[in-house]
Amino acid sequence: MIRFLLDGEVIEVEDGDPTATLLDFLRYRLRRTGTKEGCAEGDCGACTVVLGERDGDGVEWRAVNACILFLPMLDGKALRTVESLSSGAALHPVQRAMADGHGSQCGFCTPGFVMSLYARSIGAAGTNDLSVKDVIAGNLCRCTGYGPILEAGEANPPEPADDRETAALLRAIEPGRAGPGWFAPRSSDELAALLVEHPEARIVAGATDVGLWVTKGLRDLGTIIFVGDIPDLKRIEEGPDGLTLGAGVRYTEAKEALARLHPDLGELVRRIGGLQVRNAGTIGGNIANGSPIGDMPPALIALGAELVLRRGGERRALPLEDFFISYGKQDRQAGEFVESVRIPRPAPDVRIRIVKLSKRFDSDISALCGAFALRVEGGRIAESRIAFGGMAGIPARAPACEAALTGEAWSEATFEAAAEALVKDYRPLSDLRGSAEYRLAAAANLIRGLGLEPESLFDV
Amino acid sequence: MSEAVGRPLRHDSAEGHVAGSALYVDDLPEAPGTLHLAFGLAADGHARLTGLDLAKVRAAPGVVAVFTAADIPGENNVGPVFHDDRLFAEDEILYPGQPLFVVAATSHRAARVAARLAKVETEPRPALVTIAQAQEVDSDFEEPQRMARGDAEAAITSAPHRLSGALAMGGQEHFYLEGQAALARPGEQGQVHVVSSTQHPSEIQHLIAVLLCLSSADVTVEVRRMGGGFGGKETQAAAYAAACALVAAKAGRPAKIRADRDDDMVMTGKRHDFTADYDVGFDGEGRIEGIRIALASRCGGTVDLSLAINDRAMFHADNCYYLPSVEIVSRRLKTHTVSNTAFRGFGGPQGMMAIERVMDAVAAHLGLDPLAVRQANLYGPGRDVTPYHQTVEDNVAPQIIAELAESAGYAARREAVAEFNAGHRILRKGLALTPVKFGISFTTTHLNQAGALVLVYADGSIHLNHGGTEMGQGLMIKVAQVVADVFAVPIESVKVSATRTDKVPNTSATAASSGTDLNAMAAKNAAETIKARLDAFAATERESAGWEFARLCREAHLARISLAATGFYATPKIEYDRKTHSGRPFLYFAYGAALSEVVVDTLTGEHRVVAVDIIHDVGRSLNPAIDLGQIEGGFIQGMGWLTIEELVFDDRGRLLTHAPSTYKIPTAGDRPPRMNIRLWARGENVEDTIHRSKAVGEPPLMLAISVFSALTQAVAAAAPGKGLPNLDAPATPERVLASIEELKAR
Repeated sequence: MIRFLLDGEVIEVEDGDPTATLLDFLRYRLRRTGTKEGCAEGDCGACTVVLGERDGDGVEWRAVNACILFLPMLDGKALRTVESLSSGAALHPVQRAMADGHGSQCGFCTPGFVMSLYARSIGAAGTNDLSVKDVIAGNLCRCTGYGPILEAGEANPPEPADDRETAALLRAIEPGRAGPGWFAPRSSDELAALLVEHPEARIVAGATDVGLWVTKGLRDLGTIIFVGDIPDLKRIEEGPDGLTLGAGVRYTEAKEALARLHPDLGELVRRIGGLQVRNAGTIGGNIANGSPIGDMPPALIALGAELVLRRGGERRALPLEDFFISYGKQDRQAGEFVESVRIPRPAPDVRIRIVKLSKRFDSDISALCGAFALRVEGGRIAESRIAFGGMAGIPARAPACEAALTGEAWSEATFEAAAEALVKDYRPLSDLRGSAEYRLAAAANLIRGLGLEPESLFDV
Repeated sequence: MSEAVGRPLRHDSAEGHVAGSALYVDDLPEAPGTLHLAFGLAADGHARLTGLDLAKVRAAPGVVAVFTAADIPGENNVGPVFHDDRLFAEDEILYPGQPLFVVAATSHRAARVAARLAKVETEPRPALVTIAQAQEVDSDFEEPQRMARGDAEAAITSAPHRLSGALAMGGQEHFYLEGQAALARPGEQGQVHVVSSTQHPSEIQHLIAVLLCLSSADVTVEVRRMGGGFGGKETQAAAYAAACALVAAKAGRPAKIRADRDDDMVMTGKRHDFTADYDVGFDGEGRIEGIRIALASRCGGTVDLSLAINDRAMFHADNCYYLPSVEIVSRRLKTHTVSNTAFRGFGGPQGMMAIERVMDAVAAHLGLDPLAVRQANLYGPGRDVTPYHQTVEDNVAPQIIAELAESAGYAARREAVAEFNAGHRILRKGLALTPVKFGISFTTTHLNQAGALVLVYADGSIHLNHGGTEMGQGLMIKVAQVVADVFAVPIESVKVSATRTDKVPNTSATAASSGTDLNAMAAKNAAETIKARLDAFAATERESAGWEFARLCREAHLARISLAATGFYATPKIEYDRKTHSGRPFLYFAYGAALSEVVVDTLTGEHRVVAVDIIHDVGRSLNPAIDLGQIEGGFIQGMGWLTIEELVFDDRGRLLTHAPSTYKIPTAGDRPPRMNIRLWARGENVEDTIHRSKAVGEPPLMLAISVFSALTQAVAAAAPGKGLPNLDAPATPERVLASIEELKAR
């Protein structure tokens, strides 16, 4: 039995398909049709809802996409939909601003925008350090051109909310934690034991990728272990030597710590998915699913990140770059799971740059992503770590390019030579995100750019 | 003028939109027993269909019925003009994603799962995918069309300067946020009621009648609102509605379909890709003396609206410019890709892109300011006849351009851009001011008619109905404003209602920007009929001077006066001979101009639009808020088309970019940080349109050509003195970088 809180009322969901989505449940069971399906893959935000978890006497809220959220992921949580905002004729100030300011045309995307702006207005996760345009980057509108929506957002700045009542109600809910075909362990030890017992089980954290296997691939996922509610997988440990992120840390939660490690890391996270995706997806999940483009891995590899894998009580550590074996294949054994990733703090003499290239700046998957960590000593490059995503079947380092840099003087000529060496490192494919020629040319130019004073499109 | 007309009133459904209570097709309560449908699609491209084994589909859990072409009692067609669009493929599969059958099941998911279980046997045939491939084998849908005036060849040859070039433009996915959807309910005596997300209920009514061997009067089609249309629900909604009607008729149960986004993008047509080749002769000031433009487009597997769309491309290959001797030739090519269709601008944007490229090319050739070349070529006194022999009588482009150049500081900013470029190693800026002149009227003359039904109740409330459909453009509120104005009542008295074929018959699509022009006139006509009756009645009643509208209505009703009326409107003055491509296809033109400033990263090809200034002419605005929304939204949509929205097909014609994860429309972050949009203060339609307003749906999309032109300028600045870059659209970072590299290598 799954129990969650909706507008002060406990909703009990009888046992059923653990991959049934929240969106379908809202629309076709509860007949709350304000939440819309625009894409069923987490890319348009028309299904945005706000999910709350108790945090002491308060509630931590976050906007998420209901279309790829499986019902067990709601277990023990609070939910707000667009219908929650207006009681009777009284609209919420965000709704009022959207309506009065001509923020809707066809209206279909509108509830999703309302929920994203509402989430910001209550200080929900990830909104505090984002501009309004970034808060709604995961919401697509095809009619307005966004101007009036941005204005409605600006008119409703975050204000602290009193969530004690919701917190009290949440405290009284006993989550189901398991049902036919699914488990939701509450500790990594419990998870480790479950995986030894069910090595075939599918691990699901934020479902931002696996969700599509269901909504698009129409797949049956078999036994599922939901790892989104394991507190000790959510640890963020910042020390002088580096940063350790538990595999269950969501992008939103990791962003500030990563940005403190290096600003480019924070910026990279800002451009991964929309906020709803970052509020669900985890860095561990992004690594473990082994995407060939992998938004984070190139950067983490360049920084020398290390992965801790665990099976039962046994742990092993390996450099992140060794985890990716070939396209679709990772060094993860049956029953094993990614427990954490450790990222060393770059030394002061290491120059870092991380560049993602995509057709669209926000909420797009990169055509390629280059990450560069160069240690400079007395005008020479003493050490170099370069990694690219999108240039091979896996995120991978560039040994020839690194060799062309290491030991050389920091000069345009050095970077020119390194750029030319890139063809020895990669033979990229042509696909819908970019041709092999573009990937090679742009990657080489990124290397050349390292030798130049940076000029940013966004400083103009 | 009353209080209603000209005010920036909110969209009539604004509160419903924000509250989530505005209902779309899939939001309607389902009647018990409703069947859920999914199409079985051809996975591969062009082929002969040799076998379709549906045993596993029928046996799948939840499946109630499966229907193929053999189950259609009438004509297997959902094509609007030519009857070549099968609801289900029979012998030949024309393109990947063509429907082969439909599954009716007890749930949406069950239908989708089952639809993938068919065993399809085919003999693959060679697939024409690109324009070049189609041209090679002359797969034209009709004879190449020719629109001409004067002797272009002679004028080009005798001109002091001559150059030629080419431009390719990609298509565009509509990406309405609400996917295609329909719901059909069986009625008595074989009748059927269909709720559809469509811009063209009358056509769906007609197609379903023929498909099911019914009369039009047996079929009712209703649409309250669409979650976006943009042309993508003009003809493309028909297959979905027809499948529902077929299942409802056959199974005797309500049937609903809502397309999954990926299926929708694979199945439905898009904006036409075009190529444009030009050969132009001009004088030392860049003034064109003669020009030949050859257009070619990828139409896809069926004709759909391609002929009219390509006609409109020809109609707009002049844009605001006088072409003294001109020949425009247009080829409409059949390919084995999804059938391209209407999309905001309807071919106009592609034609306009061609001539704007010519302007940039001429300027680059002569080393002149592109704006000066554009201004030198504008229509003007004695230079006012279009390539289709219509005289331009309402030319306001020169004034709008001059005002914009002045108010946005074109000259100073052009200098600042040059200075910026001189001071940067990696970044290059570009600036361009381009105008728009867009012809208003359906170019198929008979479509320029509309009907309305106005019902006034004895309590003074007004029920408004007309043939136009609401897709977000604000048609309903504008027409309601016009009706409120006639009766001099508050806007709240006018209740907007769903568009229904059983209230207003034989309607045209809500398309060609004409929705308000046509339907508001028809509604005004109906309202004035009732108003005249009320006035006549009031004149006979001594005490009527003090009556509120509600009292007047009640008294009129007691006096047995009809408070219902139909209204009608047919656009005057227009006529067109398609054989010679001459006449007056348009009642008037809508104008505008935009100045865009962009910046390009020459290492990566990435770029941003940093500032946009727009002045657009909507005549006397019926609703400035709605009009500004159309302008901004149209601009951003056009910007997306020309910059980041890229359709990628494989060599079998399969669309690879069929979801928002791979097909990128602009987000809020792509909106230029500085956008100044103004309605042209002096705007007033010289023609007798509804309150002297002008249509606004499509024209602003083409203001975004300024972005493409500015990008061209920025790329040119990466290698000064090398001429005009070969930049094609969409100008993705990849194309921009390739263009820079090619230019540098010259």
